Amino acid sequence: MANRSIPATFFREEIAGARAGVIRLLTRRRSTIAFLMCLPLILLIVGLVLYPGLYAIYLSLLNKRMTQFVGLGNFTFLLRRSTFRLVIFQSCLFAITAVFAKAVIGFTLAHLMHNLPAKNQRVWRGLLLIPWVIPLAISTLGWWWLFDPSYSAFNWVLSGVGLPEVAWLGDANWARFCMILVNTWWGTPFFMIMYLAALKSVSEHLYESAAIDGANAWQKMRYITLPMLRNIISITVLFSLIVTFANFDIVRILTNGGPQDQTHIFATYAFQVGIQSGDIPLGASVSLFMLPILAVASFFILRGVTRRSKETI
Amino acid sequence: MSASRATAKAMPPATRRSGGLSRQRRWALWGSYAALAVFVFMFLIPPFYMLITSFKTSAEISEQQTNPWLVHRPTLQNYLDLIQNSNFQHFFINSVKITVCVVAVSMAISVLAAFSLARLRFWGSQLLATGVFLTYLVPDSLLFIPLFQIMGKLGLINNTWGLLLIYPTLAVPFCSWIMIGYFASIPKELDEAALIDGAGWMQVLFKIFIPVAMPGIIAATIFAFTVSWGQFIYPMAYLYRSDQMVLTVGIISDLIRADVFQWGKIMAGSLMAAAPPVIIYAFLMDYYIAGLTAGATKG
Repeated sequence: MANRSIPATFFREEIAGARAGVIRLLTRRRSTIAFLMCLPLILLIVGLVLYPGLYAIYLSLLNKRMTQFVGLGNFTFLLRRSTFRLVIFQSCLFAITAVFAKAVIGFTLAHLMHNLPAKNQRVWRGLLLIPWVIPLAISTLGWWWLFDPSYSAFNWVLSGVGLPEVAWLGDANWARFCMILVNTWWGTPFFMIMYLAALKSVSEHLYESAAIDGANAWQKMRYITLPMLRNIISITVLFSLIVTFANFDIVRILTNGGPQDQTHIFATYAFQVGIQSGDIPLGASVSLFMLPILAVASFFILRGVTRRSKETI
Repeated sequence: MSASRATAKAMPPATRRSGGLSRQRRWALWGSYAALAVFVFMFLIPPFYMLITSFKTSAEISEQQTNPWLVHRPTLQNYLDLIQNSNFQHFFINSVKITVCVVAVSMAISVLAAFSLARLRFWGSQLLATGVFLTYLVPDSLLFIPLFQIMGKLGLINNTWGLLLIYPTLAVPFCSWIMIGYFASIPKELDEAALIDGAGWMQVLFKIFIPVAMPGIIAATIFAFTVSWGQFIYPMAYLYRSDQMVLTVGIISDLIRADVFQWGKIMAGSLMAAAPPVIIYAFLMDYYIAGLTAGATKG
């Protein structure tokens, strides 16, 4: 379109049926070009995701010095250790509670936002997005300082109102609570914006006709909002489940698994075993325990996404 | 005016009812504002406290009598010390150079691939599009151990540039995914017309698709920036020398020596590290949210 001399020669060669001919000619060359354009992406996926993934499986079957094949030895060794069983429990507790809290609070916030006039929403949304905008590894440092054993600013408030001080990260149960709290604080804004966008796409007419039929707020929520948002809710929840399960930053910075390895989750335990203690195969086995949950969640996300795109067509 | 007053007098029950409704609505509105204000307050506690602490001297931080939520003798010394600290300068420069390169590489890869997958199609392109989406779901904490081995073999441990090899795996899948969506929404007639006029595919991409899909490009760029600026597990696992570290790991490793925590400086450094993404979001938040929620609003 910019260079006019090329089309002139092109058309001279194919006088009859010019339009169809050009398109057909271009289609023939098209798939080669298309493949070349995708090549960097294919190399990236194969070389840096698929290959490392398979390599992790291979590594997990070796002994510590990586000289001998031990089959499933690493996995059975891990499952026999009570520390690791605690890691499984802790990861599930962390992911399920945090995702549930994020989904509920995010849904509430999205509804509150939806009530506001459109011109005011931007400012409030901006303020509520701040936790999610700050890199997690950095904001967790702020939380770490808030939970500091001797200078905790929360304890100052607690003792100010006459409550006993809390050993935030020194006690395993409080430490678990803190991790979930930080994760919820960080992840809620994401749920809020996803739900808010979905709420806006629900046609106002549905609510109007429901109002004419005499539906109350709860019925509108139960019979319009939830069914309309069902797909996006499940996609967001499953996606967040993966991210939360695989979280590393929060636990690594807040407790690093302590006290006495009671608060590790898969990623931090894999880091401690694999990188810090140098047992690469065992570390790879730990992180591979995330695979089943990942596979199940991915399957349902993919199903939800394809169903969604089919609906739109 | 008088007519409306007359009708109002004529139908008192209806007016009362509608007045009740609007009053109800007004209450709901104020209730929403109040509830949101409470959430904003809670959400902003950590950043606020970080800011407060960053203005304090070490002496003031260790005083246990005074209110920790207030600054009594504000100082900028923490910030000035860090700006002059050569390690902190290294961290910042390393973060900037890696992020800029990763964003450029990721965007080049994803725009080309998305254009090809959205328009050109080839044998197996549908499968590849699904593969891209699945790759996005593979977390970094699953791959860091095998990648540690691979990086070790390539001699890239303790080298900031090594991150340039692996960071695109975090950004490219999602960037391609949003770009596919944006490109697919461009009407086919537009590029067919250009092709008939004799434009090549590259011309179609650069002169039509990229300008038209600019909001998508901005959203994808912000995403790539966010993940590479905030990435923590890879630099934590692969970088040990402080001249090679990036901000996320540098702050903790450099400002915590044994049991000495320089909290004022840690917070000042954290806020400086958080500033670039916060500033970018302040200006371009709408694009990013539109790109991110494109899937949610569709249909």
